[in-house]
Amino acid sequence: MLVLSRKKGQSIIIGNDIEISVIDIQGEQVRIGINAPRTVAVYRKEVYEEIINENREAATIPVNPEIIKGIKINRNENQKYGEEENKS
Amino acid sequence: MQLNTKHFGVIEVDEKEILYFPSGIPGFENVRKFVLLGRQEADSPFFWLQCVDKPDLAFVVTDPFYIKEDYYVDVDDEEIAEIEINDPENVLTLAIVTIPEDIRFMTVNLKAPVLINMKNNMGKQVIMKNDTFPVRYYILTGGSEPPR
Repeated sequence: MLVLSRKKGQSIIIGNDIEISVIDIQGEQVRIGINAPRTVAVYRKEVYEEIINENREAATIPVNPEIIKGIKINRNENQKYGEEENKS
Repeated sequence: MQLNTKHFGVIEVDEKEILYFPSGIPGFENVRKFVLLGRQEADSPFFWLQCVDKPDLAFVVTDPFYIKEDYYVDVDDEEIAEIEINDPENVLTLAIVTIPEDIRFMTVNLKAPVLINMKNNMGKQVIMKNDTFPVRYYILTGGSEPPR
């Protein structure tokens, strides 16, 4: 990993079009500004990791597909698309 | 073509039904081809996103709009440029379901829906920037975690 020291107001350029700036430092908290093309997805790492972990868990299906088919969702809160309507 | 599936053995699928995910999905970046199985069955809200190249990999998916009436997808156009969505009418929105052994605790990921462009069969899982919808929405209790 490349490690750089930056002060408040200073930036790092990655490639041609990504700029990461240190906006503010308050104790242990650093505010970071990111300028990147909108096609570059930027996420907090913990959010991205949460999705990865959830996907990995979802890929492990411990029950029989027939059980899944039989699961009925209680949609009382969503009367608009309630079962009664679907039947009619 | 013949397709080896995780739960349904070898089945026949039309190659035209293969969905292509240019970036894979987070955690499975190297798998690109999937098919949807069981979507035509009207008696269950759940169906399958089966990986074509890896028979062992399949996800249970559902229609998030069925699970949560006021659901919506909020992503930048640029994020879905990769799958060339021009018309929202042609997008199939799916949400991945996580099923633990105790199915009372099954959840659906509403924060990161899978979008499929039905015009060109390209798909992508997108992660919404806002926290309106949770990664773990408990299906059987309308959102909140059921008592243990």
